[in-house]
Amino acid sequence: MYRIIKAEELAANIYLMDVEAPRVAKSCQPGQFVIVRMDAAGERIPLTICDYDREKGTITIVFQVVGAATEMMRSLKAGDSFQDFVGPLGCPSEFVNEDIQTLKGKKILFVAGGLGTAPVYPQVKWLHERGIDADVIVGAKTKDLLIMEEEMKAVSGNLYVTTDDGSYGRSGMVTKVIEDLVESEGKSYDVCVAIGPMIMMKFVCLTTKKYELPTVVSMNPIMVDGTGMCGACRLTVDGEVKFACVDGPEFDGHKVDFDQAMKRQQMYKTKEGRDFLRAKEGDTHHGGCGNCG
Amino acid sequence: MEADVLKKVPVREQDAKVRATNFEEVCLGYDKEEAMCEATRCINCKNAQCIKGCPVAINIPGFIEKVKEGDVAAAYQIISESSALPAVCGRVCPQESQCEGKCIRGIKGEPVSIGKLERFVADWARENGVKPEGAAEKKNKKVAVIGSGPAGLTCAGDLAKMGYEVTIFEALHEPGGVLVYGIPEFRLPKQDVVAKEIENVKSLGVKIETNVVVGKSVTIDELMEDEGFDAVFIGSGAGLPKFMGIPGEQALGVFSANEYLTRSNLMKAFDETSNTPIMLGKKVAVVGGGNVAMDAARTALRLGAEVHIVYRRSEEELPARVEEVHHAKEEGIIFDLLTNPTEILADENGWVSGMKCVRMELGEPDASGRRRPVVIEGSEFLMEVDTVIMSLGTSPNPLISSTTKGLEVNKYKCIVAEEDFGATTKEGVYAGGDAVTGAATVILAMGAGKAAAKGIDEYLSK
Ligand SMILES: Cc1cc2nc3c(=O)[nH]c(=O)nc-3n(C[C@H](O)[C@H](O)[C@H](O)COP(=O)(O)OP(=O)(O)OC[C@H]3O[C@@H](n4cnc5c(N)ncnc54)[C@H](O)[C@@H]3O)c2cc1C
Ligand SMILES: Cc1cc2nc3c(=O)[nH]c(=O)nc-3n(C[C@H](O)[C@H](O)[C@H](O)COP(=O)(O)OP(=O)(O)OC[C@H]3O[C@@H](n4cnc5c(N)ncnc54)[C@H](O)[C@@H]3O)c2cc1C
Ligand code: SF4
Ligand code: SF4
Ligand code: FES
Repeated sequence: MYRIIKAEELAANIYLMDVEAPRVAKSCQPGQFVIVRMDAAGERIPLTICDYDREKGTITIVFQVVGAATEMMRSLKAGDSFQDFVGPLGCPSEFVNEDIQTLKGKKILFVAGGLGTAPVYPQVKWLHERGIDADVIVGAKTKDLLIMEEEMKAVSGNLYVTTDDGSYGRSGMVTKVIEDLVESEGKSYDVCVAIGPMIMMKFVCLTTKKYELPTVVSMNPIMVDGTGMCGACRLTVDGEVKFACVDGPEFDGHKVDFDQAMKRQQMYKTKEGRDFLRAKEGDTHHGGCGNCG
Repeated sequence: MEADVLKKVPVREQDAKVRATNFEEVCLGYDKEEAMCEATRCINCKNAQCIKGCPVAINIPGFIEKVKEGDVAAAYQIISESSALPAVCGRVCPQESQCEGKCIRGIKGEPVSIGKLERFVADWARENGVKPEGAAEKKNKKVAVIGSGPAGLTCAGDLAKMGYEVTIFEALHEPGGVLVYGIPEFRLPKQDVVAKEIENVKSLGVKIETNVVVGKSVTIDELMEDEGFDAVFIGSGAGLPKFMGIPGEQALGVFSANEYLTRSNLMKAFDETSNTPIMLGKKVAVVGGGNVAMDAARTALRLGAEVHIVYRRSEEELPARVEEVHHAKEEGIIFDLLTNPTEILADENGWVSGMKCVRMELGEPDASGRRRPVVIEGSEFLMEVDTVIMSLGTSPNPLISSTTKGLEVNKYKCIVAEEDFGATTKEGVYAGGDAVTGAATVILAMGAGKAAAKGIDEYLSK
């Protein structure tokens, strides 16, 4: 069992947890993920490692309630445990293995959309600890959904916060901020790392392509085992089939077939939607809503 | 009850029509009377050929003799000397080409039903709480076993019996390897059979740590240098699925057999109370002809679909066990033989809407000795299906080999290990099972686990 040390609600439907997992904490690197299972009947849920404490042996995860499994997970409190917590899975971000001097000469821009702030954080922090201050754009739908602003401020170079509805920081989508920075604020970058919903990563890639700015994205397809055994997570990158769990999750965003990946991500939507309603409404759910049958 | 010397005592099975709609075990096995009767067919050969056909060399006439006498507990101890998973092997070994294939009775008439007898003994022992005997004396040495499939479990069990302190590291949340995620419930019950046999291995003192992906969570070098393991056995299987590389394979509704079976077996998607979703296709094509293809097809059938096996050679070349093909046909699986897919079509939302295929004919034998299928010109046709399950074989996962210094692999990514004792190119590291041979069988993996246990014992006794 993997004990939860801390559990808090960061924003509506977004939760942060510190979990005891000494083996994962000892060997993980930025860019990697874990798979958690709440109990014996639970689904295997992939979540990015958002922070780690090697000494305490803990991993921080941040998740958003989107379906049946995450809906049940939100009820976990400090002192409760996950039945399963496996990792680190996937490859570390490429820069982890890069020569540190070369890296210091690079201007890096991170773009985090919504919950993507959480997985961007350990990368920016890793760089900060090595004396590299990256610029970070954080975007949220609205002020209330903004997470980890203080933490991010402490480790980034320039931090640009934007909300879609203009309720906080700049106004507009992250892609607009990229355009403003590059076109009117005289910024230039050598590499961009974008993490968030697939649709956001797709549009960030379309934007950075205009500037020929190499862009890394972190793909989150549906997964089962996370060790390369099932092929559920496959996607097409540069015309080739890749397994996100072992070949990724980070890929060259200009080469990813996003339209296909987005379709594949929705594969179980109808069935999942039904389970979600059943879990949420329990005995009070009797169908007839038109969504379930 | 008296046996017909030429024929096996028939085994009771669930009716094909009934079982096609449930996930309960197909074969019901012998009861004691039937087993004792079948046992009389064995003539207790002096130079028993059947033993030579068994990769772990079970003393077959020895245990059958005990069954004949009705002393099932004694029969179980004889089997346990050689096998840690008899309830599994009695069910899934390809006996027709192994022990039973060599049985003298088979020259004229049917061989002795060795597999079903083994299964009876193991099931009886479980139901009556008989356990294998553990080690007399502890040795002060630690061995790490990677993977909890048949190879790992056997190696661990044997080492524990010799007195070693053994820990198994397993990547998934449940131990058992293919026995839990691949082979379906209706052939190999998970709670009653697999879990119990794993309990037996644990009762010998073996520790199992799940959720550890060796090569990611910890490396082999770290296990040996930091965690004090004196030797390591790699039994990580061959889990990487292949796809055909034809257009449309990324369409929604195309799965690897591994994904489909894992959802159903490991994650229990067939069960209403499980949260894991699975595609309930109306018309399913399973591409391939091995045991895995039969399992995927029969699973889809039980989930309510019309199922076609699409295989490019003829019935004779089907690599699946005869019994499985027979069961599949009885249940109503349709075999489209000498047929090969060329493209998968999708509708406007990306879902599979059909599969383009060509007809094949058999030409000259290829390197494997099987006649090579060649395309019949102009034979293209469209199969209307909504789900396609690719079952084209698997290869070893490079996670371990790519993170372990000095561990050699061949061009198929299989770990190079010496045959007799499983020694790899790295000192103190042994390997066996599918990770070394590529996808094979349960009993070959067990044989390799056994051999490596001997090798490790010899190495650590030096
Ligand atoms: C490598 C990786 C890292 C991830 N990191 C995080 C993270 O740090 N925090 C976080 O909140 N989520 C993360 N996700 C997504 C997370 O795994 C899913 O949100 C979760 O599995 C949904 O579970 P559920 O049962 O509650 O929802 P479901 O009931 O399964 O699904 C609800 C909806 O979410 C969609 N969905 C299902 N699986 C995924 C998926 N893997 N990714 C995206 N959408 C999905 C479905 O299409 C459906 O519409 C990550 C996914 C991957 C593959
Ligand atoms: C669907 C299906 C049906 C089959 N039917 C039959 C049959 O009827 N009869 C028969 O004899 N054979 C059958 N086989 C083949 C047989 O199951 C395999 O040959 C056998 O299981 C191989 O055993 P193994 O121990 O080498 O590997 P596996 O059973 O594959 O076990 C390997 C284990 O190692 C774990 N692992 C992998 N990598 C790591 C890592 N890095 N760290 C930690 N753990 C790791 C895996 O999760 C897995 O649990 C079938 C196979 C399949 C897939
Ligand atoms: S283990 Fe397999 S091959 Fe050996 S006797 Fe039993 S069924 Fe036959
Ligand atoms: S070969 Fe057949 S008859 Fe002879 S000992 Fe073996 S099982 Fe009995
Ligand atoms: S999640 Fe199964 S192969 Fe990637």
